[in-house]
Amino acid sequence: MDKKFIISGSPHIYAKDNVQRIMLDVIIALIPATLGSFYLFGFGAVRVFFVSVISCLLFEYLIQKFLLKQKPTINDLSAIVTGMLLAFNVPSNLPTWIVIIGSLIAIGIGKMVFGGLGQNLFNPALVSRVFLLISFPVYMTSWPKPIESARQLTDVITGPTPLGVIKESGSIAAATQTGEIPTYTNMMLGNMGGSIGEVSAILLLIGAIYLLYRKVITWHIPLAYILSVLIFTGIFWLIDPTKYADPLFHLLTGGLILGAFFMATDMVTSPTSYKGQIIFGIGCGLLTGIIRLFGAYPEGVSFSILIMNAFVPLIDRISNKHFGEVKA
Amino acid sequence: MLKTFPRGGVHPDDCKISANSPIKVAPLPNKVYVMLNQSAGAPAITLVKKGDHVKTGQLIAKGEAFISANIHSPVTGIVDKIDQITDATGYKHQSIVINVESQEIWEDGIDTTNDLLTDIKATPQEIIEKIKNAGIVGLGGAAFPTHVKLTIPQGKVAEYLLINGAECEPYLTCDHRLMLEKSEEIMVGITIIMKALSVKKAFIGIENNKPDAIKQLTSLTQKYSNIEVVPLKKKYPQGAEKQLIKAITGREVPSGKLPIEVGCVVQNVATAKAIYDAVQKNKPLIERVVTITGPNLSNPSNFLTRIGVPINHLIELAGGLPEDTAKLISGGPMMGKALSNTNIPLTKGMGGILLLPEKLSKRLDPYPCIRCGRCAHACPMGLEPFYLEKLIIKERWEEAEKHWIMDCMECGSCQYTCPAKRPLLDYIRLGKNKVSAIIRSRKN
Repeated sequence: MDKKFIISGSPHIYAKDNVQRIMLDVIIALIPATLGSFYLFGFGAVRVFFVSVISCLLFEYLIQKFLLKQKPTINDLSAIVTGMLLAFNVPSNLPTWIVIIGSLIAIGIGKMVFGGLGQNLFNPALVSRVFLLISFPVYMTSWPKPIESARQLTDVITGPTPLGVIKESGSIAAATQTGEIPTYTNMMLGNMGGSIGEVSAILLLIGAIYLLYRKVITWHIPLAYILSVLIFTGIFWLIDPTKYADPLFHLLTGGLILGAFFMATDMVTSPTSYKGQIIFGIGCGLLTGIIRLFGAYPEGVSFSILIMNAFVPLIDRISNKHFGEVKA
Repeated sequence: MLKTFPRGGVHPDDCKISANSPIKVAPLPNKVYVMLNQSAGAPAITLVKKGDHVKTGQLIAKGEAFISANIHSPVTGIVDKIDQITDATGYKHQSIVINVESQEIWEDGIDTTNDLLTDIKATPQEIIEKIKNAGIVGLGGAAFPTHVKLTIPQGKVAEYLLINGAECEPYLTCDHRLMLEKSEEIMVGITIIMKALSVKKAFIGIENNKPDAIKQLTSLTQKYSNIEVVPLKKKYPQGAEKQLIKAITGREVPSGKLPIEVGCVVQNVATAKAIYDAVQKNKPLIERVVTITGPNLSNPSNFLTRIGVPINHLIELAGGLPEDTAKLISGGPMMGKALSNTNIPLTKGMGGILLLPEKLSKRLDPYPCIRCGRCAHACPMGLEPFYLEKLIIKERWEEAEKHWIMDCMECGSCQYTCPAKRPLLDYIRLGKNKVSAIIRSRKN
């Protein structure tokens, strides 16, 4: 025998995309909103962002290396995505130690207990956010005012989120009188109270378009999610426009755009078939609408996505028709 | 809008580097190795023994079983031995080894001229008989005996003949060159098959990355008016039978059934040419066009070569084995088989030999499945490879069967597209093996 050849089953070629590239695309897509948040919330946002990303990476490394005794896989970049999304979902004045606890929960409870990348049932950043919201409700609902607070290093001026104002006041009419409701232009740009990454609709949409262009996400979940929120809140707005805010208000406030394009579309925790994704999106939308209008919390995106995450294994079984499923 | 199959599919790079290389007749080596298991089904039974003198085109092994095909001597020479030779499967199989004589003598009755014979005298029964005698098998790769495929089961009617000129595998160009250089022979071959099946309409499906072949064959349809050329949008695996039928006719072959269920019969362009040779020229299937290609090969070529030639002979003719070759593939990169050595002889079903350099030969490290669903969207059969993989790892065979694992045709689109580089098709092959054993035991 002159030469030895490699024997393996077909196919012998691979598409260029890989896991790191997909994660990198998500990171790239989050950069406009990240930079926007640095501008809007200043040093607080920078601090939370880097603490979150670095501690997520560190916890993933430490858990894999010392607890699970496996080869650390932080080079797949997924911990960075989790860290970024966690930072996006908390206020910019959150104490550093809470951010670190949040990272531990996201990586440890959200991801590693299930077996690591690809195995988790729930979105790790959202698991952590809800954990923090329940454990540290005061810290988690004090929202620095953008731009003004960006100039301060300490003692930031805080205020409620637009959705919080409505929940407090009981109706949109009463909320408007408080003067705390921003204009639609400010909502688009992100000049309102809220979590670090959720406020600027326009910057999030730039990232979303990139993800759609790169085919990392498809339109199914975001469109189904957003449309069902618009329709649900639109119906109540039509019934009583003095009590309920209009659909555009619901689209631009809270975490809807962040949730619909970046959290609900998390591949690991969403259905794989397009049909399933639409069902999933509609479920998220209806739950968000119900929680926002009738729930105890002003915002429902995190809860809705987490609840729908639990249905994914079930939804996945409603798979598409396969080829040849026709009558003979 | 160009036609294509609607569900799944992938777009690997073409890499048709040998597309402009005209078919060259490969000179004969000193020895040929004629495998007895060249078709799907049972191996042929040898009719010769050591020391026999054989003529080119002489029947040397007979396909006795229902699914089997005759084998003819591709050369003139003396039978050296009947030996066990490692073939493309990696196992040793029976092979007739013939020492080639320089003076070629053809078997009586074979027309070796290049004259084009368009007048079809044979009756449908005679056509099938001639195809059977000539040992013709599907040249697209599966090597299923053609006479069996052209025998329509009781109660079924063939309505359309579909000719596969898609050549959707990257790198391969043998069908492309044949369509350009033997266009009219192919048209006559198609007409012969239409006569045998008594169908009135035939379609040739060609992907639009071969505009010259589309143009050439379309110009001939004026003369052969019941044959239509259908340009197809490039997408892999368009050449798969069920996908080609769906793309051209819109009909969907039901799960577990054959194309005849929807009134279609599919043949490859090269098979049509072989049928022309058999019926019009009495020439058995002893040669075929094969693409020898690879990114680092000095002369990627298309050769008209006799069956049984060791592939290293052909690789030498194409410029020799590149230094860094690490993988040797029979067929294309999507469905081809990795070969263990260069001494393996050419068989009827081999359309190409692909030589991949070291950096393209190795599997990439797998990551955990991130449930992106790309495998499911790429699957032309609408299966969920990521889910099948999980079922197979957990040995849940019955569930895998319920999720239509047996519909998988191993096109490899799932594994090609997987960003986590998971060996999906390896698992599915294992699963298909187990599930088919379970199905067989249930029947007994």
